[in-house]
Amino acid sequence: MAFVSSGYNPKKPMENRITDIGPRHYEEFYPPVIKKNKGKWLYHEILEPGVLVHVAESGDEVYTVRCGGARLMSVEHIREICEIADKHCGGYMRFTTRNNIEFMVDSKEKVEPLKKDLLSRKQPGGCYKFPVGGTGAGVTNIVHTQGWIHCHTPATDASGPVKATMDVLFDDFTSMRLPAQVRVSLACCLNMCGAVHCSDIAILGYHRKPPMLDHEYLDKMCEIPLAIAACPTAAIKPAKVELANGTKVNSVAVNEPRCMFCGNCYTMCPAMPLADDVGDGIVIMAGGKVSNRISAPKFSKVVVAFFPNEAPRWPQTTECIKKMIETYAADARKYERLGEWAERIGWERFFEKCELEFTHHLIDDFRDPAYFTWRQTTQFKF
Amino acid sequence: MAKHKTPLLDQLETGPWPSFVSDIKRQAEFRAKNKDKIEYQIPVDVCEDLLGILELSFKHGRTHWKHGGIVGVFGYGGGVIGRYCDQPEMFPGVAHFHTMRVNQPGGKFYTTEYLKTLCDLWDFRGSGITNMHGSTGDIILLGTTTPQLEEIFFELTHKYNQDLGGSGSNLRTPSDCVGEARCEWSCYDTQALCFNLTNEYQDELHRPAFPYKFKFKFDGCPNCCVASIARADISFIGTWKDNIRVDHEAVAAYVGGELAPNGGAHAGRDWGPFDIMKEVVNLCPTECMAYKDGKLLINNRECTRCMHCIAVMPRALRIGNDRGLSILVGAKAPILDGAQMSTMLVPFIKVEEPYDEIKEVIEKIWDWWMEEGKNRERLGELMKRQGFQRLLEATGLDPDPRMVQEPRTNPYIFWKADEVEGGFDRDVNEYRKHHQR
Repeated sequence: MAFVSSGYNPKKPMENRITDIGPRHYEEFYPPVIKKNKGKWLYHEILEPGVLVHVAESGDEVYTVRCGGARLMSVEHIREICEIADKHCGGYMRFTTRNNIEFMVDSKEKVEPLKKDLLSRKQPGGCYKFPVGGTGAGVTNIVHTQGWIHCHTPATDASGPVKATMDVLFDDFTSMRLPAQVRVSLACCLNMCGAVHCSDIAILGYHRKPPMLDHEYLDKMCEIPLAIAACPTAAIKPAKVELANGTKVNSVAVNEPRCMFCGNCYTMCPAMPLADDVGDGIVIMAGGKVSNRISAPKFSKVVVAFFPNEAPRWPQTTECIKKMIETYAADARKYERLGEWAERIGWERFFEKCELEFTHHLIDDFRDPAYFTWRQTTQFKF
Repeated sequence: MAKHKTPLLDQLETGPWPSFVSDIKRQAEFRAKNKDKIEYQIPVDVCEDLLGILELSFKHGRTHWKHGGIVGVFGYGGGVIGRYCDQPEMFPGVAHFHTMRVNQPGGKFYTTEYLKTLCDLWDFRGSGITNMHGSTGDIILLGTTTPQLEEIFFELTHKYNQDLGGSGSNLRTPSDCVGEARCEWSCYDTQALCFNLTNEYQDELHRPAFPYKFKFKFDGCPNCCVASIARADISFIGTWKDNIRVDHEAVAAYVGGELAPNGGAHAGRDWGPFDIMKEVVNLCPTECMAYKDGKLLINNRECTRCMHCIAVMPRALRIGNDRGLSILVGAKAPILDGAQMSTMLVPFIKVEEPYDEIKEVIEKIWDWWMEEGKNRERLGELMKRQGFQRLLEATGLDPDPRMVQEPRTNPYIFWKADEVEGGFDRDVNEYRKHHQR
């Protein structure tokens, strides 16, 4: 393969350089019916799972067919999306915040052929390329992070557990039988590139072993003061270490009981790796939300301290999530989000009904806010 | 014939949900065949090696990616994330596998014409693997080599009129909800404000000069579909001041069962006939509603605009006309000191071009944070460390009970000398004239 220049001249990097131009203007990409009726929409309805209609003051309608997608997407797959959008939607489409793909058409007759086309497309193993759903009182697509496909600090994979979980929750992606929407999110370490800390159900990768110390290389690879400063619990201090061959080197020591396994030191210092096949795994959190509807936005709470990484399909994780959703579906009131339900019945009842073990790991002991999560009342349920 | 055996990943090629494994294999095959005779600028087998290294991670239960190292394009400090694998001999195709963040268009609307050109570019100069989209909102182009970075940037800016997004300690790529483009609940034009501020602050976006990352997110209404309240340092959330508009005939149609509640969102189960008292009036968090003699009454002054009634009866109830947004500040994920939601700072501000009032608030916050913020300290953490009062001083805003959940429960007020009559300078001898030692 021969190098093909774009026109960029490395000897004169500033020549013809264009910078600071920002994104393309959104209006270039609006379908005509959107451009015409922007700001003048009257109402919307969900006609069936995955199919929405928005009606404008002008009487115009836009029908949206929503499909799930793996956010990890090849350009061949995107080209297929383009082919569908060219065929049915005049060459326009959009993505949602939760990695769904939305195809929009301007009349009802165009919906069925589009839907049929989408559902007819399958991958070699039988997976849908474009499953239709993700609307209303159901489970929509999981927002997630990179995991083992591209990140240096993950404690679990992202695309793998997401595929496994969505396979298990698929019926709730394509239906709307739940009391309210259930938002599932995954972050592959506690840096949480996604907003999993406010999700109905969050899958979170977590390390459980302090960093290993590559003493021989630590001072060569890292700025020791930066590694020390990176630790949120001040568990790292400078240390002189004698190597097996007798040489003395500058390195660090870790106060292991103080380590919260966040990996910030590793981000600053590659000679302090944390990853471990049995140490790493998954924390399950539940009951968060971002919407201000009825109750204020809530953080998710830790309900399972640890499941191992069981590649390729993470069965303990997916079974636990399925059980929580089934229990919620059977017990919660209409419009009640998972967290609102848990608060109404009480967390002691939540653990009982979801058949989850309550261990000491679930009682907050991280700094001041911990106190506010303990129970200061005589009111509890037997 | 696949380059690497992937027995673990292969188990993710069944089941109903789209398989990313099948998709990467598809791209691998496409590259191997190369029927369009593309002069690939990075290894042809990049996708095969990506599957190979991922299989190894599935086997080991550990990632095989190393730290970034400093790579980027000239003059920018963000937009490129360096990535190298820790088994380059086994997987030379992904020895370098850098990410480029491309600033997505507002509302994530696309023409296929644009998307196809991006596909062609990423086929030619990258792995052909993307994220649509990353958590922050960018188009993520996953996997290229160092020599390609400037070439890709040159093509993006010259051919596609398209810039990179943010990374590192800078303004991260702002993102917005679908907004007025296709939502009747949007209280302002999220795309217009997002676009304007993104362009206004290009320097802050591309050249890291902040203590840490800083995020803007634009939600058109309190439903917060882009989760601004949970993850943006400044959350711009649409709201209104006047009355919810009521169409009494449509209310009657909901009560009469002619219209499905919640826009049909609960159609998958028989929840029984719609009960306006149980499902709307009694769920109102402020109890500002009543249903009497077939008429829905709303005491709008007591309404906190939670959106529930509007969501249940979208054809009968509409947001008010006197619209604007609330500015909440300081949300972040748990690292380091625990998760924080955004806190109310400006309860209501009009959204009018050129948005000078909004920019004034932003810039005052930045001045304070850049002066006082420690390395890797998010705005929310600075607020906690120095107190909400410092934020009020920095922004020149007046205190308002809307900013708090409740007043303080301790009386430990840090009175300042100029707040107390006569100040703190006193004469102890004068005091002793009346009080013996």
